[in-house]
Amino acid sequence: MIELTGIRKAFNQGRENEYWALNGIDIAIDAEKVTVLRGPSGSGKTTLLTIVGCLSRPTAGRVRLKDQDISGLPERFLTEIRRQTFGFVFQQFNLVRGLAAIDNVMLPAYPCGLPHGELRGRAEELLAMLRLGHRRDSRVEWLSGGEQQRVAIARALINRPQVVIADEPTANLDTALSREFLGILEMLREQGKTVLLTSHDPLVVEASVVDRVIGLRDGRIID
Amino acid sequence: MKPPGNRAGNAAFALLAVALAAFAATWLDAAVSRDRAAARTAANRELVAALELTDLCLFTEARYTRHPSQADLHTAFQDHPRALEHFPSGSLLPPPAILTEHHGRLGR
Amino acid sequence: MAAWVAKQRYLIDYTVASLLRRKGKNLGLLVVYTLLIFMLASVMLFSHAVRREAAQLLEGAPEVVVQRMVAGRHDLVPGDYLEKMGRIRGVQAQRGRLWGYYYDPVVFANYTFMVPVAEAPQAGHIAIGEGIARARRAGPGDVISFRSYSGRLFELTVDKVLPAESEIVSADLVLLSESDFRAFFGIAPNLYTDISLRVANPKEVRKVAQKIADELPDARPILREEILRTYESIFSWREGIVLVLLAGAILAFAILAWEKAAGLSAEEKREIGILKAIGWETSDVIKMKFWEGALISLAAFLLGYAAAYLHIFRFSAAFLEPVLKGWSVLYPHFDLAPSIDGLQVATLFFFTVFPYTVATIVPIWRAAITDPDAVMRA
Repeated sequence: MIELTGIRKAFNQGRENEYWALNGIDIAIDAEKVTVLRGPSGSGKTTLLTIVGCLSRPTAGRVRLKDQDISGLPERFLTEIRRQTFGFVFQQFNLVRGLAAIDNVMLPAYPCGLPHGELRGRAEELLAMLRLGHRRDSRVEWLSGGEQQRVAIARALINRPQVVIADEPTANLDTALSREFLGILEMLREQGKTVLLTSHDPLVVEASVVDRVIGLRDGRIID
Repeated sequence: MKPPGNRAGNAAFALLAVALAAFAATWLDAAVSRDRAAARTAANRELVAALELTDLCLFTEARYTRHPSQADLHTAFQDHPRALEHFPSGSLLPPPAILTEHHGRLGR
Repeated sequence: MAAWVAKQRYLIDYTVASLLRRKGKNLGLLVVYTLLIFMLASVMLFSHAVRREAAQLLEGAPEVVVQRMVAGRHDLVPGDYLEKMGRIRGVQAQRGRLWGYYYDPVVFANYTFMVPVAEAPQAGHIAIGEGIARARRAGPGDVISFRSYSGRLFELTVDKVLPAESEIVSADLVLLSESDFRAFFGIAPNLYTDISLRVANPKEVRKVAQKIADELPDARPILREEILRTYESIFSWREGIVLVLLAGAILAFAILAWEKAAGLSAEEKREIGILKAIGWETSDVIKMKFWEGALISLAAFLLGYAAAYLHIFRFSAAFLEPVLKGWSVLYPHFDLAPSIDGLQVATLFFFTVFPYTVATIVPIWRAAITDPDAVMRA
């Protein structure tokens, strides 16, 4: 579903602190499967994630999404594709403080101009699915870590994306909550979503729900 | 906490609606009081003609602030040739147009 | 179309929620902005209304007034000047006017004493303006004492008070008979303060004035059009206090706008990064910020303007009193005819709403075009 060929990414290019995060990546992410990118910090997995999810562009190489080359698209179209295809769950959750959970969930769909009732209904469904219905109107800074993550997941799903991307989802969770997260993963896979994660948590890497593990080190694939 | 359908934006619309209503009210008021104001202005103009008045009674501090249209180049310096303006209203009134336009005999 | 409206409403939802998060600061901002507009609009409405009032009322002023100047000071006009005026071609009628100033030490106020053209009060009686009635708390039937320069006390009875509605021209007037006037000021029978003329052909007015100036070198004619022009630039923005007021307001706006444009806090930058990361385009972020500036400035403008209207036309420009009153004691009750100059309103709108809205957008420009992956690394 997603193909990357010859991906290289550099930061501070041309300057003395030039740093190559990715040094030639070729992978294909299968649809409706759960794929995990494993590797130590500095291996480039977060960078790879942002390129797959159209949050940034590679310095070299091509990205194909469902056989369409999206590497060269202008920002406008890229954002449109990103919004429709990908849902992101950040490591730090990155929820907007001061807003209620349901407002945070609806946020990514604001630019789409859906009728308010419909959008709100969708958000409430997602919160209910993740067992957060009772926290609908609570401000997100008052929620626990696990609850915040579930709000972040609901937010990632509001535009009904095909691909869910999560960066180190269990990094801030204890074992119990991590297992809960794996349960959510199962649910997503059952719904036919494609999931891409980064993690160095053995609990995730060795979980049964994971279909494929790709190892990264120093910006290259090692598995 | 927040009842559904109570969007934050609605508060802004409510405020704007009030503000717009107040704004519209001023135009309405101006239109409504136009006739009464016209009658008053007509009556005052008749008084001006009847009494042969030459100025509005705005500032009663000095001769040239009370009757600015009658002032000449010298009245502002009536006390002393180098007297500075000491009436605040002098800063609100420019010298009469005739003085700044042409200077005939006697420095009109 | 419906989607576009829905989208704008969502953007407004977000921006209002964002404003409400810092309620105190943003409410204060709205209040200050409204006050600024209130001040500017008050001055604008007042000066426009007074100018218009002057233009309409002083149409009734005499066509020509002739003064006499001696050594740069106004001097009394001898009676034979009247005859000389009468002989000038184009002059239809001439009248010697009697008027002067009187300082009342009881209330520290200046009055204008005047002998009216017709229906002068009988000797010993006066008609007074509403301003004097207020200052001396006098009404019909009351007696007011005036001390003449000779030291003699004149006790004059008030017959009537001039209509309150005419205060703008009559607040400080004392109308009295010619005999009382001459006795009070010690002016000989054949002397006048100045002369008013009526001209046969209004188009010839300037020529007549020129002839007068030629024939009588110490005469100074003043035309009605010159009287009207004196009031055309009253309270103009180029004059003294008004200029200072305007400069102050502009500076205040500049500070408001600069504070907005000076940059974002880390929190604000983070928020914009999040919005971009979850799928908002640069243009969406900018539109959202536009609504913030537009909503605040629009609300402030409408409220400030409405308050200014109320202030000037229903509360007699009360807040302007300290500025306008100056050293005078008598302050007329302004009952101005509400008149709104659409062009001025539009100008005020353009120069206040527009810059503020732009200033709100400027600082987020850079943040809005940043790549969202910076959020990942934050």
